Amino acid sequence: MKHQDIWILAEQRHGHIMPISYELITRGLALAAGRDCRLNAMIFGHSLDTAAPEALIRCGVDRVVAVEAPELEHFTVEPYAAAMLQLIDEYRPEIILAGATSTGRTLMPYVAMSAHAGLTADCTVLEIEPGSGLLLQTRPAIGGNIMATIKCPECRPQMATVRPRSTRPAPDTPGRTGEIVRRRLTGGQLSSRIVRTGFIPDREELGLQDADKIVVVGRGIKKAENIRLARELAGALGAALGASREVIDRGWLSYPHQIGLSGKTVTPKLYIGVGVSGAIQHLAGMQTAETIVAINTDPEAQIFKVADFGIVGNLFDIVPQLTAMIKEGKQPW
Amino acid sequence: MRIIIPIKQVPETRSVKMDETTGTVIRQGVESIVNPLDLYAIETALRLKEQYGGETVAVTMGPPQAETALREALSMGVDQAVLVSDRAYAGSDTWATAYILAAAISKLGGFDLIVCGERATDGDTGQVGPELAAALNIPVASYVNRITNITGSWCVADRRLEDGEEQLQITLPAILTVVKEIGVPRLPTLDGKIRARRTAIPIYSQKELQLPENRIGLNGSPTRVVKIFRPAVARQCQLEFGGDDRQNEQAVAKLFAFLQGREVV
Ligand SMILES: Cc1cc2nc3c(=O)[nH]c(=O)nc-3n(C[C@H](O)[C@H](O)[C@H](O)COP(=O)(O)OP(=O)(O)OC[C@H]3O[C@@H](n4cnc5c(N)ncnc54)[C@H](O)[C@@H]3O)c2cc1C
Ligand SMILES: Nc1ncnc2c1ncn2[C@@H]1O[C@H](COP(=O)(O)O)[C@@H](O)[C@H]1O
Repeated sequence: MKHQDIWILAEQRHGHIMPISYELITRGLALAAGRDCRLNAMIFGHSLDTAAPEALIRCGVDRVVAVEAPELEHFTVEPYAAAMLQLIDEYRPEIILAGATSTGRTLMPYVAMSAHAGLTADCTVLEIEPGSGLLLQTRPAIGGNIMATIKCPECRPQMATVRPRSTRPAPDTPGRTGEIVRRRLTGGQLSSRIVRTGFIPDREELGLQDADKIVVVGRGIKKAENIRLARELAGALGAALGASREVIDRGWLSYPHQIGLSGKTVTPKLYIGVGVSGAIQHLAGMQTAETIVAINTDPEAQIFKVADFGIVGNLFDIVPQLTAMIKEGKQPW
Repeated sequence: MRIIIPIKQVPETRSVKMDETTGTVIRQGVESIVNPLDLYAIETALRLKEQYGGETVAVTMGPPQAETALREALSMGVDQAVLVSDRAYAGSDTWATAYILAAAISKLGGFDLIVCGERATDGDTGQVGPELAAALNIPVASYVNRITNITGSWCVADRRLEDGEEQLQITLPAILTVVKEIGVPRLPTLDGKIRARRTAIPIYSQKELQLPENRIGLNGSPTRVVKIFRPAVARQCQLEFGGDDRQNEQAVAKLFAFLQGREVV
């Protein structure tokens, strides 16, 4: 049987589809059009109700294969890998895409190794090469200093992970139909040498990746106490608070706030960077924002190269004034 | 307890320069360092050894000069080091790298734990750890930020997810890939440096490992780099200058008007 079709790994938590899955559909649909083939989704879980696969189908998936077992309720690498390898064996996908999430980044290499498949991490651009029909995978490398395009001429499936929030989620088309296949795998196939014994959710404000607007502080803020200024601006805007790595490394904010290559990728409507220089590794996580604003004392700062609007000025003067103006602007006169 | 630490030598990425005309990376004159994230793996292994006893072994696959990275690990307190090096291994992607490392680690004899860095700062894939686990057919826990206990054949550890921390019980032998929160890496000591200079570092080449040609180097690598280019960053930036109170006020007013225009305030 020859390898065919594009597949995505749809992630779920507690039966709810994770946003990355809809972003993967956007990617998958573009590739399926280029290959003139079907878009399939695999989803692993326990007692999934029909809402989950149906939602995937309404957003553009032609066939959903839902594999269910108690062992698949939460991600652990061995049962998930066994399930994915089983589907690779049965359906022989040409391409599999997963999110570059804690799950995707662990599962995909484990599976790729076993399947002797090529895998490219953290792709930002995926396209079909005209003629050969191969998947061209473009990703940042060497700390974001270069972009590399990678392909996988012989081994199948061609596997790639995609950074969350690097594309828009596929819209829902009410009434769209497709095929749902439910599979059960038995315990023996899914044994795990890792047991998940608990989970403690983060307590922080956050919601960075879902935020429409983000205020980001860099080292220019000088000390932890000053972050209050950025927090007030964020409050006035209804924005979430993010930070550069310099701020995280100094312990002024916790790691989940970090934006960039080794932090989160965000695609908000509005990004405001205060005292952020715009190192390439930082840009890797925010360049896709719709509107970028920067406030920095240094007119040569890299951040101005990617910004739509910049103020060369002292953040300690500018930020409180901006906060005040936004608050006033909201008042009804 | 025997702990293996796969580490990688990488170029100092902060100092990497681009050739603007050709769009390629200038590696010449760029210093090589131990992958900064692997220092956390080394630190983890050393702490476990201090607490539970045993032996730590650093392994790297790379060109002969990658020996320097191993000497640095030794000077931090690692007991032994092995260099995996052969011309036939050049050009390996992460699949082939994991395949070769798995063979080298098997040759080293038994182990209880392998601790990897979260990712290497040059390739930035973070794939080798999980791939190595699959190649050795052992479980892997990635993004580990705390190890609470190791009892007999179990390891209890926390793993960092997007929205919280997960507690895991992991059967040994296993691979952990660790993140920065695990603990600040120590510096090499003078004693360590002296010992590092005296420690013999065996080299595993094709002669020792005898791996099939179609699994190593470029031949064994499923992926091919077809193009390298410089990321394009260009937007038209409206730049306003602050300064004294009046200038600041005007700049802020213009920014506010701009934000209104974009319908974000
Ligand atoms: C492998 C690797 C991965 C990395 N990953 C990330 C990542 O995920 N995210 C990330 O952010 N970084 C990352 N980095 C680090 C990155 O290279 C930069 O060091 C970092 O982004 C710089 O943070 P910064 O802009 O806050 O600090 P700096 O570069 O120090 O910039 C501070 C800025 O504040 C300005 N400033 C100072 N005072 C004021 C004032 N009063 N008013 C206004 N402006 C002021 C200065 O002009 C300067 O431009 C990574 C690096 C490597 C090697
Ligand atoms: N050539 C290598 N030799 C030894 N260990 C490596 C090598 N490449 C990667 N590793 C290990 O795998 C981790 C992830 O690397 P990478 O997948 O290249 O980002 C690193 O932090 C190292 O622990």
